[in-house]
Amino acid sequence: MSTRAVTMVRLVQQRSILVLIALLVALAVLIEVIRPGAVNAYWVSNILEFAAPLGILAAGQTLVVITGGIDLSVANVATAAAYIMASQTPYGVTRGIVAGLLVGVVVGLFNGVGVAIFRVQPLIMTLAMGLVVSGSLNVYSQAFIRSVPSVPAVIHTLGSGTVLGYVPVSLFLWALLAAVLIVGLRGTGFGRLLYAVGDNLQATRLAGVRGWQVLLANYTICGLLSAVAGIVLAGTVNAADLSLANVLLLPSVAAVVIGGTSIFGGSGSYSGTIVGALILTVLNSVLTLLDVNDAVKQVLYGAIIVVLAAAYTRVLGRD
Amino acid sequence: MATSVAGQASRPDGIRLGRAVRRFGWTIAVYVLFAILMVITVIVKPDYGPFEWNTLTLAALPLAFAAAAQTVVVLSGGIDLSVGPLMALANVLALRATVGHDLKYSVGASMLVLLAVTLAGALNGAVIVVTRVPDIVITLATSFIWAGLALLILAKPTPGVPLDFQNLAQGSTFTPWIPNALLLLLVIPLVWIPLRRSRAGLAIYAVGSDRNAAFRSGVNLGLSRVLAYAVCGFFAGCGGLAVSMTTGVGSPLSGTLYTLSAVSALVLGGVSLAGGRGGLLGPVAAAYILSLIPAVLIYLGIDPNYGQMIQGVLIVLVVMIGGLGAVLRRA
Repeated sequence: MSTRAVTMVRLVQQRSILVLIALLVALAVLIEVIRPGAVNAYWVSNILEFAAPLGILAAGQTLVVITGGIDLSVANVATAAAYIMASQTPYGVTRGIVAGLLVGVVVGLFNGVGVAIFRVQPLIMTLAMGLVVSGSLNVYSQAFIRSVPSVPAVIHTLGSGTVLGYVPVSLFLWALLAAVLIVGLRGTGFGRLLYAVGDNLQATRLAGVRGWQVLLANYTICGLLSAVAGIVLAGTVNAADLSLANVLLLPSVAAVVIGGTSIFGGSGSYSGTIVGALILTVLNSVLTLLDVNDAVKQVLYGAIIVVLAAAYTRVLGRD
Repeated sequence: MATSVAGQASRPDGIRLGRAVRRFGWTIAVYVLFAILMVITVIVKPDYGPFEWNTLTLAALPLAFAAAAQTVVVLSGGIDLSVGPLMALANVLALRATVGHDLKYSVGASMLVLLAVTLAGALNGAVIVVTRVPDIVITLATSFIWAGLALLILAKPTPGVPLDFQNLAQGSTFTPWIPNALLLLLVIPLVWIPLRRSRAGLAIYAVGSDRNAAFRSGVNLGLSRVLAYAVCGFFAGCGGLAVSMTTGVGSPLSGTLYTLSAVSALVLGGVSLAGGRGGLLGPVAAAYILSLIPAVLIYLGIDPNYGQMIQGVLIVLVVMIGGLGAVLRRA
């Protein structure tokens, strides 16, 4: 390899987010080619609106993956939070939202206790909690709910309203959370501890860090973010049913992986995940434009994620 | 599994017993738990008879295969989140292949279905080995592919699995207490025991236990992992056929719940997610436990919707007790 090629590879490895952004642009160009005139301000606004819930859901996932774990309960938590928010709204909008967020905190806390204190494998713990959450939600919906839950107006505005015609309201919330996460991960002690714990739990313990506190807090934050994502999603689709966010489980993991966060922990960033979430949303838009049936769409979606992840692993030389 | 019989025989009985309890303790505990649950069931429902037992074996059959499928991959140090969709793929392929045909044709066709799904499983493994992308990511993505293919093959749930073919699982050829659904489980040991005793099977354990050590001992890592995924595909295919035989319906969504339930059965069955430890006896019993819980709830007159919740709580408790044990030993 020539020196220039080596420099290029290094540049790509260090600035992998540039590659992702290039991919995002390429996908947008592809859409414009398929259907000239499709890429306009309205389209961008739409993409951002649908990417926001996924981006927020993937935010919690990013935090957990950075510590070397995985949270397979995020989608169930999001669904439960949205459903409980909507079903409690008749007693007051604030009560509904607080109840929804509480679901996230409580489930996250349980996950954290299992993973951090009892040392249960994150995959099993969150999988089992996901079962508990969706099972409880089924019971709750059949035993306690008599009317169809309705999404309050303020949440509908949050999820699908726009400012100045094009800027989605949810973008503000997403941007705020993103800023807090990006700055928090890089600039605060807690953020750096997440990377340290994910890289080598033993070493951080020997260095005097109480790893279990970090993990406990982290899973709780992830639960809270999942709940927020669920509530925003309920606003976007203006409905809350028992399987609202379940389709977002794979995309939440895929966005993190495509965004360059190592599934083994210790490295990654939320900015990568943001681009990952955008890529997945645009990809969905491409598949919708192609006008194929749902089955083909699913197959293509899975195949493209495999190809993306493979190419990414190859280019960056990561395992 | 690799320890020589001669080495064990020379040890005092006490040590041998201690080792056996340590190695099989969890599995024994799972069977005891199942026995306790059965006793409770009979107390709750005094007229528990062959019919109820047959219903249980029918409900447990697909899950037992799913658990076996997942266990083989986990033993090799991986995980397969596409077990459910692979089962759905087998299920819809079986419907397409057998509808309107006689028994002999159906059995032949289902063998081809098994082959196809085994290859799909092997493809999972090959992609993981070749791309070096973590298994969890690849199988999550391929779960979309298999589920999409299943939807392409059959758009909506369709009945029509030949009755003779269904009776392979639903009847009881010998006595009512040994229904065919129980006998069909024999496929698992028939495939697994020869495999585990072979070099290839040992290699699967070795790769799952310590990849570096396995590599240095001359184990072909890639091939062993692909083999594990292929066996997983085979058992998932059996699971899909079991769904066809026990329900008589081909449904593109029939596999959805099995991915998670299989992991639950595996954990409850005492297989370490870290790989290299455990066998298939525990997970199969765990599949029976998980299938018995909803039945007991119905006998007790409790809303079966609680079933999923109770399953989740049971798993959380089991893994927490297991985790607590590990933490205490370390302290």
